[in-house]
Amino acid sequence: MADASKLEQPGRRDFLYIATGAFGALGVSVGAWPLLDQMNPDASVKALASIEVDISTIGEGESMTVNWRGKPVFIRHRTAVEIKASADVPLSELKDPQTDAERAEKPEWLIMVGVCTHLGCIPLGEAGEYNGWFCPCHNSVYDTAGRIRKGPAPLNMEIPEYEFLSDTKIKIG
Amino acid sequence: MSGHSTYVPKSDAGKWLEERLPIISLMHSAAVSMPNPRNLNYWWVFGGIAMFMLIVQIVTGIILAMHYTPHADMAFNSVEHIMRDVNWGWMLRYTHANGASMFFIAVYIHILRGMYYGSYKAPREVLWLLGMLIYLLMMATGFMGYVLPWGQMSFWGATVITNFFEVVPFIGDDIRTLLWGGFAVDNPTLNRFFSLHYLLPFVILGVVVLHIWALHVPGSNNPLGIEPKTKQDTMSFHPYFTMKDLYAIVLFAIVLFYFVFFNPNFMGHPDNYIPANSLVTPAHIVPEWYYLPFYAILRSIPDKLGGVVGMFGAILIMFVVPWLDTSKVRSAKFRPAYRIFFWIFVFNGILLGYFGQVSTTDDFLGIHGVTNLLVSRISTIYYFGFFIVILPVLGLIEKTKPLPNSISEAVLGVEGAAEEAALLAAAEAKA
Repeated sequence: MADASKLEQPGRRDFLYIATGAFGALGVSVGAWPLLDQMNPDASVKALASIEVDISTIGEGESMTVNWRGKPVFIRHRTAVEIKASADVPLSELKDPQTDAERAEKPEWLIMVGVCTHLGCIPLGEAGEYNGWFCPCHNSVYDTAGRIRKGPAPLNMEIPEYEFLSDTKIKIG
Repeated sequence: MSGHSTYVPKSDAGKWLEERLPIISLMHSAAVSMPNPRNLNYWWVFGGIAMFMLIVQIVTGIILAMHYTPHADMAFNSVEHIMRDVNWGWMLRYTHANGASMFFIAVYIHILRGMYYGSYKAPREVLWLLGMLIYLLMMATGFMGYVLPWGQMSFWGATVITNFFEVVPFIGDDIRTLLWGGFAVDNPTLNRFFSLHYLLPFVILGVVVLHIWALHVPGSNNPLGIEPKTKQDTMSFHPYFTMKDLYAIVLFAIVLFYFVFFNPNFMGHPDNYIPANSLVTPAHIVPEWYYLPFYAILRSIPDKLGGVVGMFGAILIMFVVPWLDTSKVRSAKFRPAYRIFFWIFVFNGILLGYFGQVSTTDDFLGIHGVTNLLVSRISTIYYFGFFIVILPVLGLIEKTKPLPNSISEAVLGVEGAAEEAALLAAAEAKA
């Protein structure tokens, strides 16, 4: 091995050695990226990433479940009683505090991903202590805004990105 | 030269493992301390390149299988899905398709290098046999892989190749039905080919391990074809040959990726972008280029059974080369007559490849009255004649050139070798 004086003053060979190694490491990383990235959603999956839903047929107090990115999305036309029940809850009572207005852009329409935030089961509608949703897997209880109230789930059910294209049509995703 | 490891574990964990499973010293002896002849030239890098290509094929293949659908109705579209939708799918598929070709190029050069320098001779016959087994497995794997895109060439290539087995006496028909899983090439055929195409590369990998093991017992041959005598004749595998192989792999990868990025369909056939149609055969049915010489032999023999026997025989005869060659001298460097016949053999092989893809009834290079068929028959005769006549007879009658005393003497000259030996001895005494 090189003695100490040589180590203090790196020579041309040391420089080339390190530069070659660094370039090789960079090359391997660049080459490895496509091998990993191929597992990300492909163009055909991304093409189906947003859907449009006609909500004109859902009457007050009715719900519809649509398939979005392989997951159920609950679209609930809430009654005035449900909206009031949700809006009256003080934030201090909530495990994952969110106001009703934050949960629903238009109060009568609750649109959320119907997947329990505990371990991914699909909760049952109009069920449980708060007459919202109840997950049969591990007894998580959600209120009429889909907020977690009791049980092991840590968070409120997810609100997907959506927009109202008209009064009767929404785009999810 | 097996068990030449100089590895001594330094850490406690290393010692602990070494006593229970000496895997690190095994790898150390295989890739670090292995003494290699100091005079290896660049024809010796193709083994490492072939190994690299096998890994490229396995990695890209596993990935393609994540996106491919092995069903007659969906296979073609799933390949197009890979090309258009999957992130980097086009690059991975083109690397796999061109990688197969480049793997064969590397292996052909590797085999021809062995033939030129007599690497198959004692004590390396088992090494050669294992290599031939790898080559045979590669042919089967490559063929089945070519069927998977389920284009016209896939389908009709599969039809032609599986029909070869019909010539087996009495049970040929049954064998063919067994291969097909039906009455023609169809979905069951595609399914089993997919399964086997996934399996065989790992079988190849296993045989490669045996091939390397069989290499490490006698050690590498070298351009002089004489065995290393002293430590002076060899250099350790690492860093000298690892770096040399790595450098060659980088150069080879440049060629591979030239095809992948700039000419990806150069070695493929456009008809394979037409979905398989069991009712229409393409006008010209051609196998992948690496089978062409054998396909030419098949076509040159005017009998169905004879053609198939000739084609398989052309591959199988390579297995017995160590026993056909009677010469005591390994390297063609010291065999002036063999060298000429060898290069004719190489040229003849390329010529056979040419005949594998042209129309047999056309004139050869436009020479009136001389058909391709006629010349391809002469080529076929030379191919077999090289093995059956030239190799055994030449070894007995050829006047070979004198062999050098040692590798070091050939490299440095008699005086240079003595001088180096003295320096080495002095250095050792000092240590």
